[in-house]
Amino acid sequence: MAKWGMVIDLDRCTACQGCVTACQAENNLPPTGAVEADRGRNYTWMEMIPFSGEGEHPKPIERLLPRPCLHCDNPPCVKVCPVGATFKNEEGIVGQIFSRCIGCRYCTTACPYTARYFNWSTPKWPAPMSDHLNPDVSIRPKGVVEKCTLCHHRLQNARDQARAENRPLRSGEYVTACAEACPAGAMVFGDMSNPESEVSKLAHSRRAFKLLEDLGTDPKVIYLREGD
Amino acid sequence: MMQHVHTDPRRGLPTAPSSNIRPPIEDIKLLEPILYTGPKFYITVVCLLAVIALGVFAYMTQYREGLGVTGLGRPVYWGFYITNFVFFIGISHAGTLISAILRIVGAEWRRTITRSAEVITVMVILFGVGNILIDLGRPDRMLNVVLFGKLRSPLLWDVCSITVYLTMSTTYLYLPLIPDIAILRDYTTKHRWLYRMLALGWTGTPRQHRVLELLISVMAIVVIPVAVSVHTVVSFVFAMTIQPMWHSAIFGPYFVVGAIFSGIAALIVAMALIRWVYDLGDYLKDLHFNNLSLMLLVMCFAWFYFTGSEFLTTFYGNEPAHMGIFWMKISGPYAPHFWVMVATCFVIPVAILCNKRTRTILGAVIASICVNIGMYLERFIIVVPSLSQPRLPHAESIPYSPTWVEWSILAACFAAFTLLYVLFTKLFPIVSIWEVQEGRENSIAEVTARLKTYLPEPYVPEDKEQPIGATP
Repeated sequence: MAKWGMVIDLDRCTACQGCVTACQAENNLPPTGAVEADRGRNYTWMEMIPFSGEGEHPKPIERLLPRPCLHCDNPPCVKVCPVGATFKNEEGIVGQIFSRCIGCRYCTTACPYTARYFNWSTPKWPAPMSDHLNPDVSIRPKGVVEKCTLCHHRLQNARDQARAENRPLRSGEYVTACAEACPAGAMVFGDMSNPESEVSKLAHSRRAFKLLEDLGTDPKVIYLREGD
Repeated sequence: MMQHVHTDPRRGLPTAPSSNIRPPIEDIKLLEPILYTGPKFYITVVCLLAVIALGVFAYMTQYREGLGVTGLGRPVYWGFYITNFVFFIGISHAGTLISAILRIVGAEWRRTITRSAEVITVMVILFGVGNILIDLGRPDRMLNVVLFGKLRSPLLWDVCSITVYLTMSTTYLYLPLIPDIAILRDYTTKHRWLYRMLALGWTGTPRQHRVLELLISVMAIVVIPVAVSVHTVVSFVFAMTIQPMWHSAIFGPYFVVGAIFSGIAALIVAMALIRWVYDLGDYLKDLHFNNLSLMLLVMCFAWFYFTGSEFLTTFYGNEPAHMGIFWMKISGPYAPHFWVMVATCFVIPVAILCNKRTRTILGAVIASICVNIGMYLERFIIVVPSLSQPRLPHAESIPYSPTWVEWSILAACFAAFTLLYVLFTKLFPIVSIWEVQEGRENSIAEVTARLKTYLPEPYVPEDKEQPIGATP
């Protein structure tokens, strides 16, 4: 069984936000406008967050770090959901059942990475955008929580294709939109359970670290620090 | 056995049918709110209904537009509604717990206050639950909690615990109400169908009394652990997450203490209002307010102890994520809330209640109102600051300020609670008639007998002639 994960190399990342845009287009994230964004209502499944984990006191290194849902192996959000609307599947993807979620927002408060989003109102797209929604990703109604799914629909498409051609899923066939879009090649996506995969090798690099590792959430999105 | 009952010259008291139920002649005053309704009542009801209508309108707006009409956002996903939930569930501890404890220890002064306390519990718990439902993004799916309920979620523990608590405290309110309902059925003419139905054929036979008292005493014992569990699991909603200043083992007892604290304060305010509106100074005496004030004073110190422990532990541990929240409360954007809380939960009530001259009914009411404001603020600065500065992202957080929708719904909750309470007093005696009767008839003898058992047997010298101290 595959364990999907991602490695983000901060040495390569230029903070261009290509991944953020790719994610918004891929996953039908509605634009909210300045006023709502100011009230903390924008949707950024992939978000550039300020991160100052490196550098010593006189010269701390301030940087931006791309943060999708980290798909924790021990996800704090999953255990608090009262209706089982969020779950971790056998391949390690933390998913969300939009049609079951009651909108209590317990998962959003339990997530230490603040990587979950709530639909404060019915999503709307301005005219040209509304004609170009991704048909593979469902539109979320108001009142439910949503999150990064590791582009799970792409996995389903790739599986269908493989099944149609009567062959196993090839490595590299399933890639998330963010990793695909990254112009610097900073994001490597793949099967963590395969020791031969690139993502698996990078995850064991000496530069690898996990966000808020001491919380024991065991993220499957792993970062490589700068400076080798 | 049957005493002859005179027809009361005032409307509504017919002669009694034959039964063991004593007419409430000595306590006729307790029936007055039920028998007579003046214009003040209607004015109150209209005012309360107006506030409720505003809240209903606010909720309809929220239902139509989504939770975007509130001040909530990312990362402050929870705000007023969750604060209200914790606050109202806390208030609900007034009744059942205080009443149960006083019954178990046989405190005779309880007789006139237990009913008004128990009503608070039942009425206010509805608004605790209601605020959770108002907070839901998809209230139409609330039955998913039953259909797909996951017991590993602390919210499910709340659902179970609060359901049991609501059922038990309603039963615990209803049981001691039965003899009074029978009095209303037999000696008044209003709403007879209602009283006949609710009295469950009570005729006041000794056997019925035995069964009732047994049930009440069993309920009084069983309801205590349930009440404690309710506020413990409310705290677990926060404490079970790993968020800074929520993930704390002290939260269970801290919330229980805070609940009893705000509950006593709410009871004092309610009793003072009842005493003033219905002129029941003979029943709700200075003594009751004094005793409850002393209980409130003890809880002030208990609250201070828990708050001190919580903040000192955080401060001494000095973990960055926790300290961020700590300083937000002590000197940051939530400092006004924090220091007003310290003043209203501790400084002001202790100053008033420690002094015998200011520990009057007015003093107790002022202290109690302060405590309730302080406890609301306490719930607020537990819920909001921990969310407004999450571990990640480190970016400046977005401050939370509630909108008119949240304010209106909060006001409507208070108004609706008051309305339900007022309606209760218009349908049922707010001071237990039969327990007062029983107190007059039996308690003095019982208490005298009990007091004698406390004391050692007096020494009786065998030889009366012999002087004490002399060696035989």
